[in-house]
Amino acid sequence: MNDIIDLSIWQLVLAFVFVMVLMIIVKIKGISREKEILISSIRMTLQLILTGYLLVYLFNNPSPVYTIFVLLAMESFAIHNIIKRAKGKINKSLRKIIGLSMVVGTVSCLLFFLFVIVQISPWYNPQYFIPIAGMLIGNSMTGISLGVNRLVDGMQANKHLIEGSLMLGATPKMASKEVVDNAFDSAILPTINSMVGMGIVFLPGMMTGQILSGTSPITAIEYQIAIMLGILGSVSLTVILFVQLGYKTFFNHKDQLQI
Amino acid sequence: MFYLKDVKYKNILDIQELKIEDNKVTSIIGESGSGKTTLLRLLNKLISCDSGYISYKGKNIENIDSIALRRKVTMLPQESPIFKGTIRDNLLIGLKFTDKPLFDDSHLYSILSFINLKKNLDDLSDNLSGGEKQRLALGRILLLDPDVFLLDEPSSALDEETEKFIIENLVKYTKENNKTLIMITHSKKIALSYSDRIIDLSKGSMDNREAKNE
Ligand SMILES: Nc1ncnc2c1ncn2[C@@H]1O[C@H](COP(=O)(O)OP(=O)(O)OP(=O)(O)O)[C@@H](O)[C@H]1O
Ligand SMILES: [Mg+2]
Repeated sequence: MNDIIDLSIWQLVLAFVFVMVLMIIVKIKGISREKEILISSIRMTLQLILTGYLLVYLFNNPSPVYTIFVLLAMESFAIHNIIKRAKGKINKSLRKIIGLSMVVGTVSCLLFFLFVIVQISPWYNPQYFIPIAGMLIGNSMTGISLGVNRLVDGMQANKHLIEGSLMLGATPKMASKEVVDNAFDSAILPTINSMVGMGIVFLPGMMTGQILSGTSPITAIEYQIAIMLGILGSVSLTVILFVQLGYKTFFNHKDQLQI
Repeated sequence: MFYLKDVKYKNILDIQELKIEDNKVTSIIGESGSGKTTLLRLLNKLISCDSGYISYKGKNIENIDSIALRRKVTMLPQESPIFKGTIRDNLLIGLKFTDKPLFDDSHLYSILSFINLKKNLDDLSDNLSGGEKQRLALGRILLLDPDVFLLDEPSSALDEETEKFIIENLVKYTKENNKTLIMITHSKKIALSYSDRIIDLSKGSMDNREAKNE
């Protein structure tokens, strides 16, 4: 009864029927998005196929060097992506802080998760290390991206009030508290929302994948709970580090606002 | 109190020498864009001059901690900053920033009458009119009790009668409490009738003269 139905390449191609239907609707409605839909579907497929083969290779040849390399690659891709999404709104010191918060926040949560909670061995076991690192880094990336936007826009929009506070004798920390708190809130809100709906509104992607590929739902759920808490920790830690260090880049050493 | 020597800021200000005395009322006048706000911002150390020297009580302000300075020399900006919350919240926020003990409502109401604001402390502040916001922001810095008040057009949004009431109150308060008042005004009349000294920052020239009524 627990036979896993392996999808053949033709069955996968059939899944593209969804894309075709969408393309037809878009065409009829006159929304010129066909190109984007097609390109992103194909891109997703190719990326995942490549990743699949890469993972097969890594799992068959476990090595600390590969594992560390993949971790570094994921971190740099994530940091690059955050900076790209901020579209030139951020200066050099803010970029450094993005990198620092991502690395410190995700790596410390990852270490705790792998070695204290799951207790993997060997320590570089790619089957655990890589997917869990990917989850923590990916979610933290989304979190910081939101945080960056809120922080930069908030500082700009509230420039007047922030300077007004400095004039009253506030420290930069007090003057930017509201903006910093807002940025933190909006960055972790999606993670909190997704936890609230979990298991009721939808089955999370990771768990669905595990169940479909034959894992017992109980095991899948245990992992899901642990990873969700890990994600929450990692997102919160990276975002806290980012906002707490990030607001300071808007002030100089004389406590003057630099916008 | 303040002494400025060869102060340059971008190509906005170029002040060879300027003295501002303590326990006096000094008005700063000059056409729009002449650098009046910029001068106050320099004295509040919100910005620093590119070259030259500014001292406060004989000490170069570059060597005074900015926050400590701003708690002694407090500035009221041209556009009144209004924070979220009630009138009470807005009055108390400066005290919270500076870790000073908060005042009770009866004292806050005496401030409201000082600035002629006939409102309830629990009223929300974002519904206030422009002139009311301006007075609220003034009330906030009065509570902070700094040594020097830097006021950027404190009465620009007020009618003539309210303006007279507020400025008279302010001048009386500063004289009685040995405070220093430095204010920007667009009104020659205010400058002439209430100040001990007038600094005219019109383009190119900088005139520092005794007020005529003295
Ligand atoms: N940070 C800045 N960078 C460049 N230019 C500035 C800056 N701040 C002010 N200026 C310019 O400096 C000039 C003087 O500005 P300032 O605000 O001091 O004038 P003001 O005398 O207060 O004018 P108003 O009476 O209209 O308030 C203006 O031309 C302004 O555009
Ligand atoms: Mg001005």
